[in-house]
Amino acid sequence: MNMTTAIKTQAETANDAIIETRGLHKVYGGGVTALQDINLSFKRGELTSLLGPSGCGKTTLLKIIAGLLEPTSGEVDVNGKPVKGPGPERAFVFQDFALMPWATVLRNAAFGLELQGVAKSEREDRARHYVAEVGLAGFEDKYPHELSGGMRQRVGLARALAVNADVLLMDEPFSAVDEQTRRKFQEDLIRLREVENKTFILVTHSIEEAVYLSDSIVMLSPRPGRLNRIVHPAIDRSGDPDLIRRNPEYLDLIDEIWAGLRAYVE
Amino acid sequence: MSTVQTEPGLVQGPTSRAFEMLGGTPLMWRLLSLAIFCTVWEIAGRTNFNWAFPTFLETMAALWDMLTDGSLLKAYTRTLEPLVIGLVISLSIGVGAGVLMGLRKDAEWITLPVFITMQAAPMAALIPLITFVYGIGLTSKVLAVCMLAMPVIAINSYKAVRNVPPSLVDMSQSFMGSRQQQVFKIILPAASPMMFAGIRLGVAEGFSGVVLAELLITPTGIGDLITFNRSIAKFDYMYATIFSIVAFAVITVSLLHRLETSIFRPEKRGS
Repeated sequence: MNMTTAIKTQAETANDAIIETRGLHKVYGGGVTALQDINLSFKRGELTSLLGPSGCGKTTLLKIIAGLLEPTSGEVDVNGKPVKGPGPERAFVFQDFALMPWATVLRNAAFGLELQGVAKSEREDRARHYVAEVGLAGFEDKYPHELSGGMRQRVGLARALAVNADVLLMDEPFSAVDEQTRRKFQEDLIRLREVENKTFILVTHSIEEAVYLSDSIVMLSPRPGRLNRIVHPAIDRSGDPDLIRRNPEYLDLIDEIWAGLRAYVE
Repeated sequence: MSTVQTEPGLVQGPTSRAFEMLGGTPLMWRLLSLAIFCTVWEIAGRTNFNWAFPTFLETMAALWDMLTDGSLLKAYTRTLEPLVIGLVISLSIGVGAGVLMGLRKDAEWITLPVFITMQAAPMAALIPLITFVYGIGLTSKVLAVCMLAMPVIAINSYKAVRNVPPSLVDMSQSFMGSRQQQVFKIILPAASPMMFAGIRLGVAEGFSGVVLAELLITPTGIGDLITFNRSIAKFDYMYATIFSIVAFAVITVSLLHRLETSIFRPEKRGS
């Protein structure tokens, strides 16, 4: 491989893993195997993308990690403890935003804290901070239907940030917004990672998005969902976010991944 | 970050509030359509196509007459008794059973077939049966209201709970909400628009139930006014009574709609 990007297969890198999955199987009722033998570890502070064509079980895997679905067999450990259900160290960002239409931006952003029983003034202060951090200052009293799709997802992100979880689980967070908004959102996410020291797991079907954002890309193959390989893009994201999109490493890696995935869609 | 310009038309003001109170149609149009209806009624009455059909003005005069001599008020106090009792029972059992059926599979299997049968069956045909069992008193009339109002309330509440977006439920779960928080903070508010649509239909059905009962079981209240005035051929009084109960039902149902918006859905106020 004469590429400057380091491409390794996973096996040995397990030091300081915040989340580990061991032998995950998921069989849905009706005998459809969604996931088969998934062994993964997610490093603390990294952004990992789960990439694959539809039907490869990437959302299923994310929901199992979130504790929203139970695996048929296998185990997920978060901070060394097995997952029994949702936990305070994980926060979810939904594909369809999952905002309450009857609540204002502020109440939506504070909802995770509201469920935890945090006092109103305190949770609103914290939510206000994160609403501003995702760039929605001034919209606190608006209702979701008054916002654009991209702005709604920012509220979903603020809600996940406000509970101060270690891990943010994002289920195709940008797939329901238009291309321009998506790009802006991706750039903002890179900037956000500089401020917020969190671990991100991002489900996506966009190769560009995965390469643009990720420290590691976990590629899954479809039917049944299996681990295909793991790629570690070594792209410098410190400078102008626009330059990344012209970075030869970025472009080469996209081609490389596409060459690997092409077989599954033909 | 992006800025959003608010369109001037969307800014809340006293006028838009007034429009909202009338369900979004400008007041002028509402009054115009009402005026056209009354004019057509008046003209139709004057053509004498049916000797039992009074004009609009005659009907209004009769209405005024009954209002001032207190007979209408007396009739309504009689009619409201079974109606209110029946609606309170239908609402509590209907909403309760509907929500429970939506939340629990076992409740769904046991209860849903009952309500589906009740909704599909022509309930008016069962009124003689009720009379046979419970006599001609208040119980029969309350039952008539319940039988008509309850199924639609229960089935709509059930469907409303079932149609809550699953991602909202997932959301509450992923942020560690308890089952109780999930029901009260997510499922009930999310189900409220459809649930209230069922309640409005149920209340309207309840009006049919009470009038049917008063016409079929024993003539009391409004049913008595209608039958009595028909029997003595005072058709303007009969129509005035019918007009009053229709207007009363319409006003009640629209008030319910406003109540819903103000309690559950603040985002729909004034926009």
